[in-house]
Amino acid sequence: MKIHEYQARQLFRQYAIPVPDDVLCYTAGEVEKAARDFNRMVVVKAQVLVGGRGKAGGVKLAKTVDEAVIAANKILGMDIKGFKVEKVLVADAVEINKEFYVGLTIDRNTKSVLFMASTEGGVEIEEVAKENPAAILKIPIDTDLGMTDFQARKIAFKLFSDINLVKQAVEIFKKLYKLFIENDASLVEINPLVITDKNRVMAIDGKMTFDDNALFRQIDIEALNEPDEDEKKEIAAKDKGLTYIRLDGNIGCMVNGAGLAMATMDVIKYFGGNPANFLDIGGSSSPQKVVDAMNLLMSDKHVKVIMINIFGGITRCDDVARGLVTALDQMKVTIPIVIRLSGTNAEEGLRIISDYNLPTVNSLSEAAQEAIRLCNLVN
Amino acid sequence: MSILVNKDTKLVVQGITGRDGSFHTLKMKAYGTNVVSGVSPGKGGQNLEGIPIFNTVEEAVNLTHANTSVIFVPAPLAADAIMEAAEAGIKLVICISEGVPTLDMVKVTSYLNKKGVKLIGANCPGLITPDEAMIGILPVNIFKKGNVGLMSRSGTLTYLMVSLLTSNGLGQSTCVGIGGDPVAGLYYQELLQMFEDDPETEAIVLIGEIGGDAEERAAEYIKNHITKPVVAFIAGQTAPQGKRMGHAGAIITSGSGTAEEKIAAFEAVGVPVARLPVDLPVILKKLMKLD
Repeated sequence: MKIHEYQARQLFRQYAIPVPDDVLCYTAGEVEKAARDFNRMVVVKAQVLVGGRGKAGGVKLAKTVDEAVIAANKILGMDIKGFKVEKVLVADAVEINKEFYVGLTIDRNTKSVLFMASTEGGVEIEEVAKENPAAILKIPIDTDLGMTDFQARKIAFKLFSDINLVKQAVEIFKKLYKLFIENDASLVEINPLVITDKNRVMAIDGKMTFDDNALFRQIDIEALNEPDEDEKKEIAAKDKGLTYIRLDGNIGCMVNGAGLAMATMDVIKYFGGNPANFLDIGGSSSPQKVVDAMNLLMSDKHVKVIMINIFGGITRCDDVARGLVTALDQMKVTIPIVIRLSGTNAEEGLRIISDYNLPTVNSLSEAAQEAIRLCNLVN
Repeated sequence: MSILVNKDTKLVVQGITGRDGSFHTLKMKAYGTNVVSGVSPGKGGQNLEGIPIFNTVEEAVNLTHANTSVIFVPAPLAADAIMEAAEAGIKLVICISEGVPTLDMVKVTSYLNKKGVKLIGANCPGLITPDEAMIGILPVNIFKKGNVGLMSRSGTLTYLMVSLLTSNGLGQSTCVGIGGDPVAGLYYQELLQMFEDDPETEAIVLIGEIGGDAEERAAEYIKNHITKPVVAFIAGQTAPQGKRMGHAGAIITSGSGTAEEKIAAFEAVGVPVARLPVDLPVILKKLMKLD
């Protein structure tokens, strides 16, 4: 789960990591008031859950109240990589002498928490990682011990030479680690971490992602979730035990298992088709899950053909067939359906749907080709 | 021979009285797996069709000599269950539970390393040595004894692949579902080496997916350490960036972790990658000179 910059800044404050003052605004009027209250240079920043806001024109400095209003009018409503800007942050634009990057993440390979720092702050760290990987310092942190003082000092001395700055940085690093662990984060970044003209070390921007699997014990973090329209649909599906991700094609897919669902999309693409979604109906699928899944697929107007690919393990093919039959009785399905069932109770499943005159095929490749053929007929 | 599990496996089931735990325990036993005991705190003294149930793993190990554990407890309790098994002297733990917090797995990893205990999963379908032992939730009828070792991050995709292998006359030595989480137990490198060292395994199938760089690392490892033929498949060739494709670990971030990069890494070290599932047994047969 991702959160907005303004929420990340609030978390920084909660952990006593210094951040410039800011006000969240939804209208140009609110921005005007905020800028007036600051009575100095501010920065107006689009709040969207996507990187590269600056390049897209979503971040603007404003020396006067009028400039702030002009910036707000430009940014509010703007489209940044498909995300509409609905709110902006008006923040005190502190004077910056130097920018750095610090972050914590989980390293899959060493299976540990990794502390990262770089003197190349303010730019996308992924680009630094690609072009100059040596510029990123990395220290694995033993979660039994936590971040030790000497580790924090070691990194701080690589970034700063002034002991006063080192001391401030050490405090910030340790607090950042605490924030990471206590909230089950999977990524926490301060980018940039800056030295101001008053020789203070401050966090100017933050990016945070949290572990979805841990949200059950992170109620306060879960409350920060602001899903967009597609994500709301995904969350509603999740409540029904379905994993759904909308894509831009027209072949609606229903599959059991994430790997098989991905492979199904791949095979459709391989033969020249275009999947409308990723939909994993999960393990023990009751007939009701299949009904819910059919409803979900039919609610997408782009779907021209439905392709069902089930490999029964825990999932029983007869359960899937019963659900499908129930769905077909309940709702008016006017688009073609292609079905591939194999594994546990496949024969019974096929018998149950045999009265419904639905095309069944034996292999995944055949199913994809048949779905594409039917899709082309509709077009 | 085979790897990790065989006729000598003595299995304890943690969470044996739960809905999934009891159902799959009986399936494992019916397949011939030596299930010696179960654990369910507060239900010690009961039994499941003759399998004795204990309150703690320690008792199960002391009284039934279990050497391997499989975990079916709810995800929030899984890390504790894994550590309990390790503390009790279990040498191999298989965690089926789905949705274990990543930081729990980081802590568990550090604990298991100190104890010298091997883990498979979490969020995995388990493993099987055909005709000897199945541990987990695998549909046993698709497997057949043979010489192909298989490892996979996915569940049902593995079933599809295995059924394609079996229907093409390619039996399996051991098949391991390593799980779809970002931080998991035994991974490609360890398993590749085990299959390399196993005299019964003649060829290896690796089924990966998008996210992380474990496949790229596996490719590097194969180049330097593996002499047996390897064929790979990567799911998620058409997955969009930034979307978690069901598995917590299956996400393309900032352009890295893509199927394209993984396929290129394998092909660069001479490991063929099947573009369609149905191609995999064909490629494998050629490499094994069975055609």
